[in-house]
Amino acid sequence: MSEQRPDLAGSSLLPATFGDRPMRSIVPPEGVPLQFEIAPVGDRVLAFIIDAFFIGLAVVAIALLGTLAAGDPWLQAFAIFGVFFVIHFYFIGFEIRRQGSTPGKRALGLRVIDRHGGSLRAEAVFARNLMRQVELIGPLLVTFAPESLWPSSPGWLRVLALLWLLVLALLPWFNRDRLRLGDLLGGTLVVRTPRSVLLAPLEAKRKGGAVREPRYRFSAEQLDLYGVFELQVLESVLRKQRRQPRALRVVSEKIQRKIGWESSGGPIDPLEFLEDFYTAQRARLESDLLLGKRREFKKKGRLTRSSRRTSSRGIGEAKERRE
Amino acid sequence: MPGDRAHLRSETFRRERERTWRELESLVGQVERSGIGSLSSRQLGRLPSLYRATLSSLSVARTISLDRNVLEYLESLAARAFICVYGAKRHPLTAIADFFRRQFPREVRALRWLLALAATVLLLGTLTGFVLTASDPERFYSFVDPALAGGRDPSASTELLREVLYDDSESGGGLAAFSSFLFAHNARIGMLCFAIGFAAGLPVFFLLFETGLMLGAFGALYHGRGLGLDLWGWLLPHGVTEILALLLCAAAGLSIAQALVFPGEHSRLRRLEIQGRRAGAVVAGAVGLFFIAGLFEGFFRQLVTDRGVRYAAAVTMAGVWIYYFGFVSRPRRALRPGLGPSSKVSAAGTGGPTGGEARPELTGRGESLFESEATS
Repeated sequence: MSEQRPDLAGSSLLPATFGDRPMRSIVPPEGVPLQFEIAPVGDRVLAFIIDAFFIGLAVVAIALLGTLAAGDPWLQAFAIFGVFFVIHFYFIGFEIRRQGSTPGKRALGLRVIDRHGGSLRAEAVFARNLMRQVELIGPLLVTFAPESLWPSSPGWLRVLALLWLLVLALLPWFNRDRLRLGDLLGGTLVVRTPRSVLLAPLEAKRKGGAVREPRYRFSAEQLDLYGVFELQVLESVLRKQRRQPRALRVVSEKIQRKIGWESSGGPIDPLEFLEDFYTAQRARLESDLLLGKRREFKKKGRLTRSSRRTSSRGIGEAKERRE
Repeated sequence: MPGDRAHLRSETFRRERERTWRELESLVGQVERSGIGSLSSRQLGRLPSLYRATLSSLSVARTISLDRNVLEYLESLAARAFICVYGAKRHPLTAIADFFRRQFPREVRALRWLLALAATVLLLGTLTGFVLTASDPERFYSFVDPALAGGRDPSASTELLREVLYDDSESGGGLAAFSSFLFAHNARIGMLCFAIGFAAGLPVFFLLFETGLMLGAFGALYHGRGLGLDLWGWLLPHGVTEILALLLCAAAGLSIAQALVFPGEHSRLRRLEIQGRRAGAVVAGAVGLFFIAGLFEGFFRQLVTDRGVRYAAAVTMAGVWIYYFGFVSRPRRALRPGLGPSSKVSAAGTGGPTGGEARPELTGRGESLFESEATS
């Protein structure tokens, strides 16, 4: 399946915003590739420990019930049954019922999804959870009670079996998608549930709520210097460091140097300068984008004063906007 | 131009669609918090269309917007909605009913050759165990775990052996406890049998053969004392179901092995997951069989001691399984002109049915009754 890793949606179209987090692109039946962050193995182990704790709790409770009702064989039958079901159907039941999450996975924000973008089917859940027998119980048995698996087996066979099982159990550490054996069989993938926060648009953030007229204008040449990456860095500066005048001043001075800005009237207000530059730059890059041009990173060098001309052309095919 | 401002199409785009996104976000949040069942039917109907609208927003935003926040928001919202829309979410009871009505017998039919292979190995083991033990009763000890034999070994008196077969001292709840113990024990072995199929199938053969040896050894022991018919009458009423379930698990495990060793036209990985799901479904069904077998083993075996009735029950069970796996939810022959009426059903319930149905095409998103529509 590795060949079907659709990078068509990867580097070129999508923002390079996900840093070092391993992402996986899933193509749902609608055909729009979606990005999922692959769940780190540590989180999954932790989720498993939480779930194992719940299972242990339930088993102990049922077993207590069984011993309390030592006289009543029907209750004992129920207890044996209950223990079996809790142990084997805890994961299966939750993952089918709760869109691929168990309490432990929920606590860590993990989800099981279909690796090929289809719906998560019950038999996939079955397959992935039945394999826990091999991954977990197998190595434990081989290590602590080998005679129950292979009575009278020679020592070297046990060592081999142990190695084989260890390799299987450690599988998630050895592949990019962090698949364990059950995921291979079920065609599933464990991802982190994304969180989504939609912030107010930057242009609306003017004093008093009204949209401020731009105070600074930029030429086409000035707007041709930066790329998408810098634009988005500027966006995060404007969103996160709005209230830090020093940071704003440093950034705006850096941009001024790069684009050869010539202050024409009085001192520059860094926040307004950056906002105007952001809007103009974004309009420029977005209209380029529509024409199929995407400039990812800034150009080298800076504009000299002589080459600088102020013009309203800097806003692309800007149309006047009336609010 | 005074008042000339950068005109951000992407902002207009956002303003027009933000309400849809917000609505989807609140629905998805609700599903994540309290499950899909908490949505009203109207909300449930809205979910897929909101999801698709947001997906299309996402794909537009990717081409026209450079607002990282909006992009990330849409990416994550679409991903969350995808999980809600395509997560498994049918009611377990309907899913189970559907599964046993259609999918399970079909999947079992698809595995019929592996099932026959597993049955052959088991049968070979049984014959070997029988012949070897019959010629030298001492071998019994090497085939049967003494804990499992529970005193039923060559040193026991014929009287004791007979008593075990017709023991009806327990009753009621004790039998329930016994049968649930048997169920749990056998189902665990069955699941293990499936899971170890991953090791290229060799352990599955080993396990089957070993089980066969044990059966054969018991058979030889009882046969030697003139109790052969009594033993099978004791064993078969539940054994038909139980052995069938074990064979199903084994065949499922073998199909995993087959996918690994002979992946065919797909890559190993792809083949493995196609086969893994189908095998997983078969094992899930086999757990149901183990449950029935456990009931028979726990109750029927202890309560009914008449040999004739026992055999009648065994034959009935075999008939039920042959009908179920051979004929339930079978595609109509009229639609498949290439197939003659060559379907034979092997006589023994353990042999498994061999229908004339062609192996269904193995495709990734093949039809499945667990498949839930986005709109359902």
